[in-house]
Amino acid sequence: MSTVSESLSLALELIGRADPELTRIAALSLRVSGSACLIGAVVGLALGAWLAVARFPGDRIVVWGLNTLLALPSVVVGLLVYLLLSRAGPLGALGILFTPTAMIVAQSILVVPLIAALSRRLVLTALREGGDQLRSMGAGSGMSAVLLLLHERVGVLTVLLTAFGRAVAEVGAVMVVGGNINGVTRVMTTAIALETSKGDLALALALGFVLLGVVGIINGALAWMQQGVSRSAEVLA
Amino acid sequence: MNHREPGPSAGQDRVLPIASKPLLSLRQASVQFGAVRALENIDLTLHAGERLALVGANGSGKTTLLRLLHGLVPLSTGERCWDPRSLAGSHPAGSHPIAARPSPRQPTMAMVFQRPFLLNLSVRNNLRIALWLRGVGRAERGLRIRQALTRVGLTALADRPAGVLSGGQQQRLALGIAWAAQPEVLFLDEPTASLDPSAKREVEGLIDELAREGLTVVMTTHNLGQAKRLATRVIYLEAGRLVVDKPVVSFFSEALPFAAEQFLQGELSWN
Repeated sequence: MSTVSESLSLALELIGRADPELTRIAALSLRVSGSACLIGAVVGLALGAWLAVARFPGDRIVVWGLNTLLALPSVVVGLLVYLLLSRAGPLGALGILFTPTAMIVAQSILVVPLIAALSRRLVLTALREGGDQLRSMGAGSGMSAVLLLLHERVGVLTVLLTAFGRAVAEVGAVMVVGGNINGVTRVMTTAIALETSKGDLALALALGFVLLGVVGIINGALAWMQQGVSRSAEVLA
Repeated sequence: MNHREPGPSAGQDRVLPIASKPLLSLRQASVQFGAVRALENIDLTLHAGERLALVGANGSGKTTLLRLLHGLVPLSTGERCWDPRSLAGSHPAGSHPIAARPSPRQPTMAMVFQRPFLLNLSVRNNLRIALWLRGVGRAERGLRIRQALTRVGLTALADRPAGVLSGGQQQRLALGIAWAAQPEVLFLDEPTASLDPSAKREVEGLIDELAREGLTVVMTTHNLGQAKRLATRVIYLEAGRLVVDKPVVSFFSEALPFAAEQFLQGELSWN
């Protein structure tokens, strides 16, 4: 209990004096996971929308594969990206292993299946409700999917935040491809793992509280936005 | 209720436009969903300016027929055509596949669903997107949006989210969206089924006005009074088959097959 209270006060102290090390680590975490989510959003939303409307031989197998990838262990993604980017790998010439770019690549791969699978589900549900009407107005399958993503934008936002939560909280992939290099690729999760292994549980927990706080703030922002939408709807009704 | 009594607003001035031009035709049209035969050998020609009501019990195939006419449901067998030469009856049924005909032009169509699907956007933006999907240019879009809002009485609510409108207002917006597309044929799938009496009257009034402007209207309804008030022609379907096809006055005054009579009397049994 004392460790918890000690770490909490340490976390508050670090945040209070905007500790440069903590700020750098938190900023890198947000940059890496934010970029991965942005890339994941572009690829994942397009893939999910397309899979919701496309009919081709083997489409069910693709969807099954995508759903299976939801449980993809981050450390396996890290390993695959490591193999691709290592000197002997096919993309070794890029020289980006142990850089934040490699971490973004790994986290993007991690969140694409999540965003694609959940957005496919959103579009499918909305299609059942309004697909015929959109077709009757002249929208093709692709356009219907895009319009339904717009229609379900609050749901899409939730999907993206879920993906961000997964990216920012994972440790396996960034550890393998980033290497947890101090000042270069150290993010909150790898820092927590390192401090724990060093026995500095208070600092590790403090970093954990900061990580939790970041995710909490983002979730709070989402809840506030959703509340705003429903409140304005009530007022107008 | 005795449906043979003329209703207070039954349009006695409405006559079946027999001489008007044929717009769309079904020949021996059947639709199958898996093992279920939803429609069977339907022969039907829709004429310009007509107000056709499709009536029948639940599961009789009204909505499937409406969707088939609109092109939302694929034919299993038979033909759906709009080529004037073919519609004039110069070819035997099934002898000319649609793809082989020269320059046919499908009449422009719009459909209003029982529960209108409106995007989570403002009333105005729902209209804007619908017109954009129809390929209406930007300047023309603005004009048509204003006209449609006025037409359906939603100008004051133009910037409200469509989702907060009442059921009647949503159905009026759906009608506005369909009307703004300037269709030749308007399909209505039980347009007042889920509305309260006041909203029902509003929507019926609007449909009547649109039809009086010359729009061809095809609607499904369970409400025989509504069919009587709005239609010029009534088709009664039973188990996917077209059983009765008559002008509205004849439908409500002449002898009908037993099942149709039973339906009119509201005594149709579940089996």
